[in-house]
Amino acid sequence: MSGGDAVSESKSTDRREWYLASFRGFERSLNGGTASSLHRIRRAAIDCFAETGFPGRRDESWRHTNIAPIVRTSFRDAPDSPPPGLSADQLAPFTYPGLVGTQLVFVDGHFAPSLSSQETALSPHHSGVVVGSMATALKEVPDLVEPHLGHHAPFAEEGFAALNTAFIRDGAFVYLPPGARLDAPVHLLYLSTARCSEDPGHGPGQEGEEAPVTYPRTLIVAEDGACGSVIESYAGLEPSALYLTNAVTEIVLGAETRFEHYKIQRESGGAYHIASLHVTEARGCDFTSHNISLSGRLIRNDITTVLDGEGVDSTLNGLFLASGEEHVDNHTSIEHASPDCVSHEFYKGVLSGHARGVFRGKIHVHQVAQRTDAYQTNQSLLLSDDAEITSKPQLEIYADDVKCSHGSTTGQLDEEAIFYLRTRGLSRDVALGVLTQAFAGEILDLIGCEPVHKRLAELVSAELGATLHSEAPQ
Amino acid sequence: MLRVNNLHAEAEDTQILKGVDLEVNPGEIHAIMGPNGSGKSTLAQILAGHEAYTVTGGEATFEGRDLLDMAPEERARRGIFLAFQYPVEIPGVNTAYFLRTGLNEIRKDRGEDPMDAMDFLGLIREKLALVEMDESFLKRSVNEGFSGGEKKRHEILQLAVLEPRLAILDETDSGLDIDALKIVAKGVNSLHSPDKSTVVVTHYQRLLDYIVPDFVHVLMGGRIVKSGDKDLAHELEQRGYDWIARETATDSVADAVGV
Ligand SMILES: Nc1ncnc2c1ncn2[C@@H]1O[C@H](COP(=O)(O)OP(=O)(O)O)[C@@H](O)[C@H]1O
Ligand SMILES: [Mg+2]
Repeated sequence: MSGGDAVSESKSTDRREWYLASFRGFERSLNGGTASSLHRIRRAAIDCFAETGFPGRRDESWRHTNIAPIVRTSFRDAPDSPPPGLSADQLAPFTYPGLVGTQLVFVDGHFAPSLSSQETALSPHHSGVVVGSMATALKEVPDLVEPHLGHHAPFAEEGFAALNTAFIRDGAFVYLPPGARLDAPVHLLYLSTARCSEDPGHGPGQEGEEAPVTYPRTLIVAEDGACGSVIESYAGLEPSALYLTNAVTEIVLGAETRFEHYKIQRESGGAYHIASLHVTEARGCDFTSHNISLSGRLIRNDITTVLDGEGVDSTLNGLFLASGEEHVDNHTSIEHASPDCVSHEFYKGVLSGHARGVFRGKIHVHQVAQRTDAYQTNQSLLLSDDAEITSKPQLEIYADDVKCSHGSTTGQLDEEAIFYLRTRGLSRDVALGVLTQAFAGEILDLIGCEPVHKRLAELVSAELGATLHSEAPQ
Repeated sequence: MLRVNNLHAEAEDTQILKGVDLEVNPGEIHAIMGPNGSGKSTLAQILAGHEAYTVTGGEATFEGRDLLDMAPEERARRGIFLAFQYPVEIPGVNTAYFLRTGLNEIRKDRGEDPMDAMDFLGLIREKLALVEMDESFLKRSVNEGFSGGEKKRHEILQLAVLEPRLAILDETDSGLDIDALKIVAKGVNSLHSPDKSTVVVTHYQRLLDYIVPDFVHVLMGGRIVKSGDKDLAHELEQRGYDWIARETATDSVADAVGV
């Protein structure tokens, strides 16, 4: 994280030109499809980006995350067609055995019907439920998409969200009509096929290096009384490929909906992943977000939920594992904009090697939001002396009758617990594994969907096993 | 089985053990008594391999092998078990998993096959009955939210599952009501056999009515200052420890002047 602010500022201006040129190319490729209401939003977004560019280190919310390697790299649109020969077998590691719902697969940002569980790009179910690719939904059911797409997740002063919005091309659309129930979760798999850098001496983030970028865009609309869950997975096929995923998800929940959102992030070890999730919740909603981050070179998640009606019950759970040189930054923001709402937040991180973690948990209780009950916990486990976490609870309370609490702990494993386990015959390594997994397991156990819980438990166990192995004194 | 010879140990630069001698043979039950802070738990923890203590002199062997060189898990696998005075709470680790993992590590060391969940359930039900614990404990996190008495019974449950050669019980009686005390004693007695040994560390004579020791030792000021049979425990109950302190003081004066 070297300095040189002045230099990176000027580079960032150069790179702005690069994206503006890229946008003009994108417009040409749309072949006159620039008259739509969506395209007006794209233009507004690129104008915002032209104005403000990427966030800088002086931007408070990016103070602890250095995006210079992203700014330096010349990201190009990922190729249009998936590499030939990509088979369902290669997807298997990224799926959840036992999960029976619809699965949509996106390869390098494009819907891949042959790899998805439904052949058609859009499947209007009898019940009125719509699940399909964004590109097709924009053509076939614009009335359902356009009122929401780009209207919830803000992009002014948000450089990455602005670029995602400017380059909206494909992604996923899920629509639940009033009272609809999804029997099984919808799984959206955003897969990157980027290859490793050809020249091994040419590490990630070198000046002018080219790498692919995708802009996955997801819109989920659940009308009053609907009930369902969606899993968004992000993964890279090549273990150490360099690419950027710049994702935005909007979730719009009507009154009395029950909704669960999973974000499972397993990008390649060299990849950058910058994403925002924006949730609007109407009266009586019951919403849970599970945000699980397992790998990636630089990860940033912005999660905002707006409690926009009385009696909302909103939960944000998160777990991140970071090892080696990885950097994971989770910014959550809970907007208590109505009275009588409850929010719970529980985030945990396990850091090893030289990994850096950032957690910011903002709870904003608006003046009208009387009788708010908000509870936030953030716990971090540091498995090495060189790992670091920055944890910043941020409570802004403008109502007077509220219950708000937060707690943040950072520490190592309990030596007394390690000793206790060893006196029962467990080796030190096994004891460390058991305790670390117990720490992470507390978040995984909040996952109600059994196939997802089971698969994640395996993945976390494998990841932590490898981490502890590399931390063990030789 | 266990031989401790002139053991000296310190923690954080404070000398705690100042020359402990102890010999425990197969089939014997020893009680170690002594006032608070005399070093009983320190001795027990050192025998189990706690790294907070530094042995500064003397030796300890278990079945002829140097004990102090062994990692805690190796001691456990060779058959040493410590019931903790303060059992550790481990949030997120399920008790059944904890018990089975420990048992299987020890079985592996003995060259036995690991026990699968079904076989283990059969075994654990039998052991739970012995200490009169409910099966629901198996699903809970290790010691988390257990009452004092439940924690102590859980230690005896572990003893019953792991079946060590040498059991060291550190104040397993403290905080137990009389019924719980009887359950714990019944458990310990039923696990004792002519090829196994038990060291009971206690503060009170009460437990020794139920677990009858062959030898009673008094640990004071980091040394075993007096040994006897079970009558010594009764004498301590009636007279306290002061008279021993005075007796030893005289002895050491006598030692010093070479009488
Ligand atoms: N880990 C430790 N670090 C520093 N001092 C210790 C430690 N453990 C025990 N002690 C000290 O050693 C003495 C003996 O303690 P302990 O063995 O617990 O006594 P007992 O079990 O007989 O009550 C006490 O003065 C205690 O404070
Ligand atoms: Mg003690």
